[in-house]
Amino acid sequence: MQGNLKSSSYQQLEQKSKYTNMFLRWFLYFILIVFASYFIFPLYVMVVTSLKTMEEIRQGTLLSWPNGLNLESWAVAWGGRGYGAGDTFLRPYFWNSIKMVVPAVFFSTFIGAMTGYVLTKWRFKGDQWVFLFLLFGCFIPFQAILLPMARTLGVLGISNSVIGLVLVHTVYGIPFTTLFFRNYYISVPTELVKAARIDGAGFFKIFFKILLPISAPIIVVTVIWQFTQIWNDFLFGSTFSFGEAAPIQVALNNMVLSSTSVKEYNVDMASAIIAGIPTLIVYVLAGKYFIRGLTSGAVKG
Amino acid sequence: MKTLKIEELSKNFGSTEVLKKINLEIDEGNFLVLLGPSGCGKSTLLNIIAGLETINEGDVFIDDYNVSKVEPKDRNIAMVFQSYALYPSMNVKENMIFGLKQAKTSKEKIQEQLEKVSKFLQVDQLLERKPSQLSGGQRQRVAIGRALVREPRIFLFDEPLSNLDAKLRVEMRREIKKLHQQLKTTVVYVTHDQTEAMSLGTNIAIMNHGVIQQNDTPEKIYNKPSNTFVADFIGSPSMNLIKGILKENSGDLLFTVGGSNLEIPIRDYDFKDKLNLNNKEVFFGIRPEHIFFKKFNESDFEINLRADLSEYIGHEQIMTFDYANQEVLAKFPSTIKIDLGKETKLYFDLTQASLFDAQTEERI
Amino acid sequence: MFKWLEKNLPKIVMAPAVGLIGWFVYGFVLWTLYISFTNSKILPKYELWGFGQYEKLWASRKWLIAVDNLLIFTALFLIFCVVIGIILAIFLDQKIRAEGLLRTIYLYPMALSFIVTGTAWKWILNPTLGIQKMFRDWGFEDFTFDWLVDREMAIYTIVIAGVWQSAGFVMALFLAGLRSVEDEIVKAAKIDGASLFTVYWKILLPMMRPVFFTSFVILVHISIKSYDLIVALTQGGPGISTTMPALYMTQTAFHKSQVGLSAASAMMMFMAVAAVIIPYLYSELRRENAR
Ligand SMILES: Nc1ncnc2c1ncn2[C@@H]1O[C@H](COP(=O)(O)OP(=O)(O)O)[C@@H](O)[C@H]1O
Ligand SMILES: [Mg+2]
Repeated sequence: MQGNLKSSSYQQLEQKSKYTNMFLRWFLYFILIVFASYFIFPLYVMVVTSLKTMEEIRQGTLLSWPNGLNLESWAVAWGGRGYGAGDTFLRPYFWNSIKMVVPAVFFSTFIGAMTGYVLTKWRFKGDQWVFLFLLFGCFIPFQAILLPMARTLGVLGISNSVIGLVLVHTVYGIPFTTLFFRNYYISVPTELVKAARIDGAGFFKIFFKILLPISAPIIVVTVIWQFTQIWNDFLFGSTFSFGEAAPIQVALNNMVLSSTSVKEYNVDMASAIIAGIPTLIVYVLAGKYFIRGLTSGAVKG
Repeated sequence: MKTLKIEELSKNFGSTEVLKKINLEIDEGNFLVLLGPSGCGKSTLLNIIAGLETINEGDVFIDDYNVSKVEPKDRNIAMVFQSYALYPSMNVKENMIFGLKQAKTSKEKIQEQLEKVSKFLQVDQLLERKPSQLSGGQRQRVAIGRALVREPRIFLFDEPLSNLDAKLRVEMRREIKKLHQQLKTTVVYVTHDQTEAMSLGTNIAIMNHGVIQQNDTPEKIYNKPSNTFVADFIGSPSMNLIKGILKENSGDLLFTVGGSNLEIPIRDYDFKDKLNLNNKEVFFGIRPEHIFFKKFNESDFEINLRADLSEYIGHEQIMTFDYANQEVLAKFPSTIKIDLGKETKLYFDLTQASLFDAQTEERI
Repeated sequence: MFKWLEKNLPKIVMAPAVGLIGWFVYGFVLWTLYISFTNSKILPKYELWGFGQYEKLWASRKWLIAVDNLLIFTALFLIFCVVIGIILAIFLDQKIRAEGLLRTIYLYPMALSFIVTGTAWKWILNPTLGIQKMFRDWGFEDFTFDWLVDREMAIYTIVIAGVWQSAGFVMALFLAGLRSVEDEIVKAAKIDGASLFTVYWKILLPMMRPVFFTSFVILVHISIKSYDLIVALTQGGPGISTTMPALYMTQTAFHKSQVGLSAASAMMMFMAVAAVIIPYLYSELRRENAR
């Protein structure tokens, strides 16, 4: 690396780097697109299959394009065929899920916000231990609480009900919502709270007038996280509810597994899309917040 | 042959123009400081010299060869960064020889260079340490060492001292100066600190908004600023700029301010262009350190101004005077007592005065 | 009285969270632990029975298969997710044109439930109408891809679907990590003449150690708890060849009514998670305190 390089060697260097770069770029895009296809492939297959008739499915391949915009399997998945016994369809379970998700998200978010507020702005001796105590709840494998939970719901008379699931999801959401709000509020300057206290504002006033108005981003993150988790839950839903009270994931699984009649893959795929659409929409609309939740609360499976 | 030459260089990020038609030349062995407020494009210019940023227009020449499209590693330069940019997972030794290894230098040569440079910079005891185990000053030395081992044609420094505390900064500044005196390698050094620039540079290029305002020796920059930006940027407190009008009066040129009978005669001023001076709106510039409380030179001009404010800063005091409703600052030893609110006799050293066109803000 | 209330208001507000978690998490885990030491069948019994359930558990062929599967799944799931995640993150880090779109594509499976994922992959992987048929229709008459119904291979279909779901997430973690590295380090490396490969291999990836650690913890955690995906994809079949601990636990509890045994299996899972999580929490807290 010493002395002056000759002009000719500079020229060679220019050429070389140009070609290497071009090759690298093409290679890069190629690999990225290959992976993108791998990730898109199942979604594509789901959508086209849901638009085919069973006849088309048997004749074509996974990738083949549907003959037309055939929405019948969607209608069947959502509303059934209209005859009585054995006709399972998603509509009632979709509403079950909504009835379960809305209150559970609300309660867990609210409790998490209050707890996070206390843990950061009204600190007391040992508050770090309390936080750790709550945080550990993020990590427990739920199998370890399944048996006593089933009995508790039975004793309370809310097993196999939407209310029972609301309780379960609220409780086991608290560690995450607390984690989110605590980590957010810890970066809000405590001087703000001190100044308000000097001005005579009380505990709730400070929360509602000072912290809540600046909490919009973390509320969005928390609500999206909780919504996705609860909507997608299967373990609690399948363990604590059956039949009428089941949430949508359980119903979807039952529909797909039901071995009563001939497999209708098109209806299965339409059902799967219906069950996945709410969270997908949230992801597409608020991806940024979704990812923020993921990276900070990801420890949950 | 110029070691480094930059011609008509322009650079924009999207629609923001960051560098506008920069021209710059450096002779072998010189120490050029790029000085300017932060955000003016200094780092961008340095990165372009290094080959880390692309160019929109213009060219960069090293030893008269156009290197605009040459990879950074092949430009024969080395760079020291503000954050030191040491590789955290490597120890000091690995950090320093990383570049040589990439260039497939022989083992013996690497060892030789490492020993030489680490002794020279007094980091030979630290070779096995990780950057996280070093103090700020030590990291800085290692960063310089990493640049030195490559024996580059040009050294590039991007604000290398601004992460150090004040005391260490002065120390390291002296070391960089010594380093340059010993090695005589060409240096381009970026800073926003005028003291650093003045003490280190053989040349200073002052930048603002992507334009080079003045490229001169430190003395010229200080004494003959080419526009009001440079005049204002250099010196602390900066040069007094009094707004007024030039009047010709029976062959004599006078600086006057409307609504006041204060007048300053302009006699031996070195005008760029003597035409059309009468009734010209100008800034009269004089540095606080060129205003005295008693007559030092025969040519000093006596004037009476009212003292308004005194700021004590230890060995000196900064006095504020009223010049026809404009503030004029002067720097006096703190032992001098001056009564506030009263007219005081002051002496302006007119040989050090500057005049700027009030419209173009350029020196006249 | 009012004074006391005001002074203790913060603690009162916190009481529900602490109480609920104390009861529903800690209390329940202890209960499960206790039950695992009893001979409970369909209803819990409270006389202690020693380690009998654990002995039964580790003598059970199904449990051993489940543990075996868990090890295979965890290893492959980890390796593929991390390798794919890192490759995608590094490639996306190269000032790619459609970065936003690609990122969205790589990460969207994370928004879907494992049941939806499992349903889709079950359809794709089924031999009669899925991928196998597709290739045969394309003229590869002998093409066989029937892992889903192959005892030996079925576990790998779960890996395929699991990786599909989670690799994008690892990508997001690493991309965030790479983006947080100071620009100047990469510049310094370029001046030092490092090739792009060297920059990543020798400089940036070694700096990603915390991200590796986090990904490891999260992925292991996901895999120990994985339940939905198996239910949707194989129901533990063919036979019991894809059983995993979480599935074993629920089946033993709710289909076989072996409450004590299932509690023992739940505690084994609990300990496995704790073995990964406690060091993680410890290091995270230390990092936070160091700041
Ligand atoms: N990669 C970039 N993309 C867009 N704008 C940039 C980029 N780098 C620098 N800039 C802008 O260019 C201007 C000059 O930046 P810089 O050269 O770093 O200034 P300095 O080093 O003098 O402080 C700044 O306004 C900065 O915001
Ligand atoms: Mg800069």
